[in-house]
Amino acid sequence: MMAGVGGGNDFQWCFSQVKGAIDEDVAEADIISTVEFNCSGELLATGDKGGRVVIFQREQESKNRLLSRGEYNVYSTFQSHEPEFDYLKSLEIEEKINKIRWLPQQNAAHFLLSANDKTIKLWKISERDKRAEGYNLKDEDGRLRDQFRITTLRVPVLMPMDLMVEASPRRIFANAHTYHINSISVNSDYETYLSADDLRINLWHLEITDRSFNIVDIKPANMEELTEVITAAECHPHQCNVFVYSSSKGTIRLCDTRAAALCDRHSKFFEEPEDPSSRSFFSEIISSISDVKFSHSGRYMMTRDYLSVKVWDLNMENRPVETYQVHEYLRSKLCSLYENDCIFDKFECCWNGSDSAIMTGSYNNFFRMFDRNTRRDITLEASRENSKPRAMLKPRKVCTGGKRKKDEISVDSLDFNKKILHTAWHPKENVIAVAATNNLYIFQDKIN
Amino acid sequence: MSGEVEASTEEQQEMQDTVVSPEKAEEVKLKARYPHLGTRPGGSDLLRKRLQKGQKYFDSGDYNMAKAKMKNKQLPTTAAEKTEITGDHIPTPQDLPQRKQSLVASKLAV
Repeated sequence: MMAGVGGGNDFQWCFSQVKGAIDEDVAEADIISTVEFNCSGELLATGDKGGRVVIFQREQESKNRLLSRGEYNVYSTFQSHEPEFDYLKSLEIEEKINKIRWLPQQNAAHFLLSANDKTIKLWKISERDKRAEGYNLKDEDGRLRDQFRITTLRVPVLMPMDLMVEASPRRIFANAHTYHINSISVNSDYETYLSADDLRINLWHLEITDRSFNIVDIKPANMEELTEVITAAECHPHQCNVFVYSSSKGTIRLCDTRAAALCDRHSKFFEEPEDPSSRSFFSEIISSISDVKFSHSGRYMMTRDYLSVKVWDLNMENRPVETYQVHEYLRSKLCSLYENDCIFDKFECCWNGSDSAIMTGSYNNFFRMFDRNTRRDITLEASRENSKPRAMLKPRKVCTGGKRKKDEISVDSLDFNKKILHTAWHPKENVIAVAATNNLYIFQDKIN
Repeated sequence: MSGEVEASTEEQQEMQDTVVSPEKAEEVKLKARYPHLGTRPGGSDLLRKRLQKGQKYFDSGDYNMAKAKMKNKQLPTTAAEKTEITGDHIPTPQDLPQRKQSLVASKLAV
């Protein structure tokens, strides 16, 4: 029984924590829409459909904890975006947070970008653990003192207070997207970032909110000729002039901002050739890429389409170097998945810190991990039934036909409402965060 | 010799015809249920629907006229799903979805 995906053979994934309500009736606002660790892994942010951000912080490691690592506790929570109505365009703008991206930490405060369909905001999260006491003109409770009663002058003293974490919006980057923002990505220069919607990609400077450069525009002159849209975009982790964007036709374009001001012409074009005889009505829909992520090394990138995850070598455009089947058994269910709209679900994918493993979600609260070195894969489940502290996760298996073995689940019994679209892997350790609708699960490894 | 080669390609073709890929079988199923699907390329229809997400049409003149009409006769209530045909449907007070801001704290932060 294979369990050691991601860090070697003597390896088991175990339950650590679960956040969120248990009740069956899930309010739409509570559905988690993005999960992201910060660069050190100390903080874990979630965004939801209600426009709220919750940040968890890992508790300091203490000598007593030998079997498990620090737990994540609530650090800060705030309302990032609110619902809006654009009266000019008769457009309802959802408050749902589509993406959160952390900025690298440069001082005591933490900064993150959060985006809904139309607006990106830069939030500063800072700690306050001291308070000035002994003001001359006002009492401790804030009331103004009677000036004529003041006979002496004193210097206020900084006294410790209970830790308060404050979140404040420092920049609001608005009015630059006609279509719906699907991605934001911080550049390695720590000065700029890109935001992508269905047809355009803009480059921003973090300090400047009233201007942004449009660097990709695929809007056709005649909208009737529209054949593809941008589905995801990301900056290269080291080369600040390189970024990629994926399309609904299953292609990826790599662009170089040094080549031209408008990067409509790609530098590299990644597409896997398709067997024309196998083409069906569903081909284009299931080839649509829902997520693209560079490896930490910057040498590879990974794309997620409906049924598979592909790893591409940036030096080879004509086909991926690795392809992993996530849930191939769904190929014979495409008709019903089209009818219930599940075929349009946008799954994300992520790398582990060393790029040796990748993870992505599936249905029935299953998520999949692939070890690139050993080529082994595992299916695990995020479920309340297996949520005892440090309980080991048992591999799950979907039965595709014929006799169903004990512990296997048949394809027809899968719950397609339990989708794991968003997962995140700690940048350095084997700790993962999995969003299952309105619950956030945190799993850790347990070294045998 | 050539006769044999021809025969084997025929056999291959027969095999291919009987073994239909699961994807093609699903396509047949879908076309049987929705015969008009795919008369236009699936791509642009779906793409346009995607780009139009969030679009709502509201004309205060039409709205007030419809409200006035309501006093005389009951307007048929519309189904919950959003229609893409603009201009055909005048929103009435009961149709407008209740938009309220989520001032409640996230349950993850408990």
